[in-house]
Amino acid sequence: MISFSVWDIVRNLLLALRWTVLLSLASFALGGLLGLIILFMRTSKQAWLRRLTKMYIELFQGTPLLMQLFLAFFGLALFGLEVPAWLAAALALTCWSSAYLAEIWRGCVDAVPRGQWEASSCLAMSYMQQMRHVILPQALRIAIPPTVGFSVQIVKGTAVTSIIGFVELSKAGTMITNATFQPFTVYALVALMYFALCWPLSKYSQSLERKYNAANRH
Amino acid sequence: MSYHFDFLAPFDYPAVLIKGVLVTIELIAIGGVLGVAVGIFGAWARTQGPRWLRPLVSAYVELIRNTPFLIQLFFIFFGLPGIGLQIGEMEAAVLAMVINLGAYSCEIIRAGIAAVARGQVEAGLSLAMTRMQIFRHVILPPALQKIWPALSSQVVIVMLGSAVCSQIAVEELAYAANFIQGRNFRSFESYLLSTAIYLLLAIGLRQLLRLIGDRLFGRPAAKEAT
Repeated sequence: MISFSVWDIVRNLLLALRWTVLLSLASFALGGLLGLIILFMRTSKQAWLRRLTKMYIELFQGTPLLMQLFLAFFGLALFGLEVPAWLAAALALTCWSSAYLAEIWRGCVDAVPRGQWEASSCLAMSYMQQMRHVILPQALRIAIPPTVGFSVQIVKGTAVTSIIGFVELSKAGTMITNATFQPFTVYALVALMYFALCWPLSKYSQSLERKYNAANRH
Repeated sequence: MSYHFDFLAPFDYPAVLIKGVLVTIELIAIGGVLGVAVGIFGAWARTQGPRWLRPLVSAYVELIRNTPFLIQLFFIFFGLPGIGLQIGEMEAAVLAMVINLGAYSCEIIRAGIAAVARGQVEAGLSLAMTRMQIFRHVILPPALQKIWPALSSQVVIVMLGSAVCSQIAVEELAYAANFIQGRNFRSFESYLLSTAIYLLLAIGLRQLLRLIGDRLFGRPAAKEAT
């Protein structure tokens, strides 16, 4: 029987870790882009656009990420598209994170005092100009800490993609367990690696919140 | 070649589907109540508890909040038997949900406790209440009232997260969808149906938690008036 040292396990897990990181980065970037578009629709003056995006957000926040992954994986295949697991994973995670990010950012846009909207519309600014020059710069300040905080959710969300067969950290953990029969060690190491990714982000988010909130402290 | 949808196909196995829904409800009912209880205890320990307990609780909270639920579940179900702790899949799923929700709700409830005015506690002390009585009667009710919406969302998130429990063969809703598509190869239809059921469950759970909140704390405006 082949025996595996802890280093063998760690090395192979680290190799898989890069896919977790890559998928997280891609989902965060694309989800942020899509989320921004949804944010504009969510705060637009058109009632039907607001209602449509509200439904989009409800839909993605009200269903499990796992089901969204399955639907992306099997649904696209029905249209004759050959969908590899990584593509379905990136697609589902992008849509999922865009819904959450749009809702977080909407809260930040709502937190900008109404007078700012009124003042800028007095200056005959269009909706886009208002957003670009008046609202978003102010909303951005309060948006950064929760956005960084949500990136932790994305990293953890990538673990679920292992179920549709994308080989990232969790899937690698399962595969290595099947070879080494050391589930305790392997899953503890996997958890440790996720922790090493997420904990600095969480701490950073908390310190940003403290920094930006300093003005509101007494 | 074109694909013909058959949205009635997932109903071929009604018993499996109904059992799936019931097990999902059972998971969140037990996991939700126990998880919030752990959260209240954790919040107490971190704010009022003995000094030696505080770093332990915050380590627990940080550890759970920064690792995926799936890995926590696998660690409990596959990892613990490695050191001689054997538990069934249902127990493992409930345990993982309680531990997970406990960590999140601890942090949420702690924020509520921090928002309770200092004068309230002092008023309690001047009435010769013990620290435990003050926590139970003066601090906890307004703290829970304040964070109830956030706590409700977290319970819904944990309910949706329970879909991954299908991976350790807990026969909940996602498992039912897997089972059905394995039988009739109608993968898209059965996942679509189960997704719709999850959506209904999420909406229902949110309503239920709002009702419980109203019952426990009264309508905020009405409460202020008295």
